[in-house]
Amino acid sequence: MAKNLFNKVWDLHKVTTLDSGQDQLFIGLHLIHEVTSPQAFQMIRERGLTVLYPDRTFATVDHIVPTADQARPFTDPLAEEMMQAIERNTAEYGIEFFGLNTDYQGIVHIIGPELGITQPGMTIACGDSHTSTHGAFGAIAFGIGTSQIRDVLATQCMAISRPRVRRIEVTGTLARGVYAKDIILKIIADLGVNGGLGHAYEYNGDTIHNLSMEGRMTICNMSIEGGARVGYVNPDQQTFDYLEGRPYAPRGDAFAEAVEFWKSIGSGPDAEYDDTFHLDANALEPMVTWGINPGQAIKISDHTPAVSSLKPEHREVAQKAYAHMDFAEGDPIKGKKINVAFLGSCTNARISDLREAAAIVKGKHVHRDVNAFVVPGSKQVARQAEDEGLAEVFVEAGFQWRGAGCSMCLAMNPDKLQGREICASSSNRNFVGRQGSPTGRTLLMSPAMVAAAAVSGEVVDVREFARQPVSV
Amino acid sequence: MIQTESTGPAVSTLSGRGIPVRGNDIDTDQIIPARYMKVVTFEGLGQYAFYDVRFNEDGTQKPHPFNDPKYTGAGILLVNRNFGCGSSREHAPQALQKAGIKAVVGESFAEIFAGNCTAMGVPAVTLSADDMQEVIGGVEQDPQTEITLDLKSNTLTVGCKSYPFSLPPAYRNSLIAGTWDSTSVLLDNLEQIHLTAARLPYVDGFAQGA
Repeated sequence: MAKNLFNKVWDLHKVTTLDSGQDQLFIGLHLIHEVTSPQAFQMIRERGLTVLYPDRTFATVDHIVPTADQARPFTDPLAEEMMQAIERNTAEYGIEFFGLNTDYQGIVHIIGPELGITQPGMTIACGDSHTSTHGAFGAIAFGIGTSQIRDVLATQCMAISRPRVRRIEVTGTLARGVYAKDIILKIIADLGVNGGLGHAYEYNGDTIHNLSMEGRMTICNMSIEGGARVGYVNPDQQTFDYLEGRPYAPRGDAFAEAVEFWKSIGSGPDAEYDDTFHLDANALEPMVTWGINPGQAIKISDHTPAVSSLKPEHREVAQKAYAHMDFAEGDPIKGKKINVAFLGSCTNARISDLREAAAIVKGKHVHRDVNAFVVPGSKQVARQAEDEGLAEVFVEAGFQWRGAGCSMCLAMNPDKLQGREICASSSNRNFVGRQGSPTGRTLLMSPAMVAAAAVSGEVVDVREFARQPVSV
Repeated sequence: MIQTESTGPAVSTLSGRGIPVRGNDIDTDQIIPARYMKVVTFEGLGQYAFYDVRFNEDGTQKPHPFNDPKYTGAGILLVNRNFGCGSSREHAPQALQKAGIKAVVGESFAEIFAGNCTAMGVPAVTLSADDMQEVIGGVEQDPQTEITLDLKSNTLTVGCKSYPFSLPPAYRNSLIAGTWDSTSVLLDNLEQIHLTAARLPYVDGFAQGA
């Protein structure tokens, strides 16, 4: 039986087996940002170490970046201090840094792929749990903590145990108005927020391979919300086409050589897995979360579940969720009023997301009770959206058009919910307090659903919305 | 010069009193809200552990074990299922450690959280759900109960009763050997690191553009 992609890539990067029993794994690409790296640089400095492979690390700023006024120094002195720290650290160790004054700044999981830095067959690590995003290219990508960032800086390696690999097979055709976001929310709802513990998820099947690279990124991005640290898709022609011509992708003969390597690392038809899960995409509807973790998601046509209908181990969290959300059991999710609409995050702030959302809002206006804003995932996405006229569509519809950053996905910057506000959000986490107000509430959904909610003032079914493509 | 000696002390037995924080799926945003991560050092994070579940927005206290004087000085955190899910922020276990936590005992942990704990020399061990209920119930009844974790025998002793716990063998080995701070262990294989890099086609072969 043949190895799957995960094990091929792992074995290629395995340096040795450590005495602890863990493997020492070489990390081909290390991405860093301002929040989780300063302590790691401090640790290597205190130990008299250096960065072993500075040309295999790339840096940007995203978490603390203000999206409205980016003038320096930042108004928030703590944010300014973090900004200066990453500027100093990358300069001192010779690490390429996509700062605010470059054309390439953006959310770390958006810029890696769009610059062609992320490539198939790599091991990738970043101090952020959504690093799994890069698996969309057939890389194996791990979210790591700061001590491991220290390890990767100093040794370009991690000490890690090999997980099991689950094949998640998605087959069938997505209905209009149903997106990659709905697939992953459904997978998490079915397998649970800890269902992927100890596993890497391989997403496979015709539905996955018919998705754009951006849709695949959305799915891999949220693997961690299902407990799987790693999620990936086998590279195919679409992967290669996406990468060709990107600034950091190989060129010419080197590109052809790279494609040969990229083809060689995919899971073959006889590849082995520890287990398999199947999802029928034909039956999918737009999904919306009603609770306080991403697994608490239902179809737009459904009602919130009765606590007594849930598995016993889910009841306690469901009760907490109802208390926090102030929803009643059996409420339809459709029709829930919203105060804020947030289009952004490493999950859904790519150009295709903005196109879908703009097609919904074109010629309409944001509901008078809603504060709506769009935060493109990177400067490149912002520029492209401006060139295609999407930004103008959003602004005319009453959205605020912001600069690139993580924004209200985690609210480490001025973008925050206030009080009990409810936000229709294209981001990845609906944890209590996640969007900046300890009592604020989050409903996760696809960007098109966020757009439809923004103009309606409540959660609606985007399939009932007329769609007017904006870009050519 | 590169220093290669191991930097962490061996962790084989730990004792202390327990502090139960009940609930499944307690995420790292609850353990430390993101707004307290705007720091360039981990020092001082202890005061923000569980901040939003401990304090109202006006700063007054909510009922929470971390506010309860009967658990003051307790070093062993007792939790339920999927503790530490969500963000990879090491700030979460750092905040707990700075608040005096030396070990975490629960039904299960999110993978990155457990790895972060281990990398800091903080064992994160798992007990069956039934045993966990019994341990938490016992400690709530008598917060003075002495708890001991013995990593060599995988045993948690609570008062006069013992429970078998699970800990991935690699984590157990690195804690007992004092190699949980893995930088120097990894760097010991410097030559093999370079050899591995050299065989990767994308490192020196089809180099990147730009």
